[in-house]
Amino acid sequence: MTAESTGTKDRKYEGGVHEKSRELMSAWMGEVGRAEAEHRATAALMISGNCVELLRACHVLPLFPEVTALQAAIRHKSLPLIQRAEQAGYSSDNCAYVKADIGLYLDGGMGPGKPIPFPTVTVCNYVGCNVYVKWFEHLADVSGSKLFMLDVPFLRTTEPSEADVRYVVKQIEELIALLECVSGHKMDIDELREILAHSARAEDGYARCKHLCKRTPAPFDAYFDAINMMGPINVLRGTREAAEFFDDAVREFEDLATRGVGPLPEERFRTVVEGPPPYPYYKSFRNLFAKWGAVAVQSTYSTVGGIWEWGFRHDPRRPLESIAEQMLRENLTNRSIVARYQQIKRYVEEWNADALVIHSVKSCRLFSAGQGDMREYFTKELGVPTLLVESDLEDPRYYSEAQLKNRIDAFFESLEHKKLVASGGHR
Amino acid sequence: MNAIVYGAGVDVGSTQSKAVIVDESLRILGRSLIPTGANVVKAADEAFREACENAGIAREAVGCVVGTGYGRFKVTFGDAQITEITCHARGAHSLYPATRTVIDMGGQDTKAIKVGADGSVLDFSMNDKCAAGTGRFLSAAADVTGMTLDEIGPVALHAKDPVRLTSVCTVFVESDILSYMAQKKTVEDVLGGVHKAIASRTMALVRRVGVEDEVTFTGGVSRNIAMVRALEEVLGTRLNVSPEGHFMGALGAAIFALERARVAAARS
Repeated sequence: MTAESTGTKDRKYEGGVHEKSRELMSAWMGEVGRAEAEHRATAALMISGNCVELLRACHVLPLFPEVTALQAAIRHKSLPLIQRAEQAGYSSDNCAYVKADIGLYLDGGMGPGKPIPFPTVTVCNYVGCNVYVKWFEHLADVSGSKLFMLDVPFLRTTEPSEADVRYVVKQIEELIALLECVSGHKMDIDELREILAHSARAEDGYARCKHLCKRTPAPFDAYFDAINMMGPINVLRGTREAAEFFDDAVREFEDLATRGVGPLPEERFRTVVEGPPPYPYYKSFRNLFAKWGAVAVQSTYSTVGGIWEWGFRHDPRRPLESIAEQMLRENLTNRSIVARYQQIKRYVEEWNADALVIHSVKSCRLFSAGQGDMREYFTKELGVPTLLVESDLEDPRYYSEAQLKNRIDAFFESLEHKKLVASGGHR
Repeated sequence: MNAIVYGAGVDVGSTQSKAVIVDESLRILGRSLIPTGANVVKAADEAFREACENAGIAREAVGCVVGTGYGRFKVTFGDAQITEITCHARGAHSLYPATRTVIDMGGQDTKAIKVGADGSVLDFSMNDKCAAGTGRFLSAAADVTGMTLDEIGPVALHAKDPVRLTSVCTVFVESDILSYMAQKKTVEDVLGGVHKAIASRTMALVRRVGVEDEVTFTGGVSRNIAMVRALEEVLGTRLNVSPEGHFMGALGAAIFALERARVAAARS
């Protein structure tokens, strides 16, 4: 067959979620850029299972080095930064997010008078990613910021123990004291409760959007379009604007779902996607799937900051405990690979997906380890057609379009044949 | 009277372009094999032209052309493009209908393909970002031993104590080989070691999709007898190896083309 039948060239997204997201994130970046001049305290934080609400309640502006790195990648500006870090001795095998961030510092793109200020505090909430420990140690060192190690124990069982929660809550209390000290603002617990209520509303909206992708066609691509919601849910969570953004998003996607409008002219294949996208070639990568009419109806990457689909919400009645629980359990990266299997299995079954696509990240050995077994499990144990492709989330040198295209085309040729046979047709 | 329907497959690979013409009984009427070179569009056209000539038919007589291989979208005169993974499976199944696993070893790729009873692809696995364990690895070994690709297989068959290569990197294999030569290892043992290393790496790919008999070996490297033996040894099974192995992708593409040409002919 020819793969060009779904006509993706003129594809235009319907709706305002993309634009509104860009607007909100630009406003946040503007705040970040002005922070130094306005003498606002800032804190660097990791996206995964983050505790951004605490920063907000202590009037500390959050910075996310991951977001800075991925924005450089999507604007095709990551390679010189990565190379700058490699010139300083970083290995090609190091995390490319780290190298882009360190490269930005070495290149003079971060610090006094720059759009990205040095953080006042570096909060190393290394939820599930221990590379962060060294990254944030380094960041704290070069920026001269205070380093706070927030040790979130890796989830060894399906539920965190009471001791785990107490342990994290105790550290949260210490963090609050530090944040109050740098911002000069005493945290008001009622303000934190209000922030958490905004968070819960945004989480509810995000989850409802994701559940709408159970419809056929899905009203948006839960991998490629989901990044427009990941900014508001991970970076801006706890603000009224983020909560309202998701109220609007639900309305918009409900309308699209009711009208039977999806992100592509025709939804021919429903996929679940595991792994972050290759940001340097975001559009090209998307087009490799779009031309087959493949829409991601769920993705694990969209839950890196938090898993909201199963009903967990921040709870204003138990502010610190619910923050701790979210960091410990309700996010993708602090859970075991087996828990990830179960998450994907539910996605495939409940979102009625045809296949699983794993995008393995070359420079993230931590998160990519086990994806070979994952492919085996889904292909052989569950009979879910699974495609494993590899490039990188930040480093454009690992993106080989011809290789990826070959694998993706062959995979969908095979899926198409299966569909044809299942429908009683023949080759 | 209905005209005879022909199908053509043009497989534009990284190093060589192959074309095959089949008739309605899937008989191969003509074939061609040329270096791909820098001008991929020209190579595709040239391969098709030569295959038509070889078949003794005019190119206009071909009902449908399917492009395959990395350069499949450069087959500008083609009617459709299908990946070589799907085409190798189909080609192998047409010659050996009991095929359930295909190992395709080409210039830059090695693929393991799990094949259904109807010749469709059930699963596949390929080398990523690295030409270790592919034809390119053999080319490097041939260069450094001063032999041609056709010569190294028969020589490797005479290995008595194959060397153990420390690296399967296509770049570093040259220094590894030179090092063994300096240690007075025989060229037979060095080349025997090269073939064993590739077979071992290929096994890892094949295991990902699962080894199920019958196994058919395709691609340019299937002409190498030492590679056939090395793979048979690690797999513990006999391989189907056809003289058409090098053309299997083009053959599969030609069969797909023929099916399309038949449908088109029936409609008209």
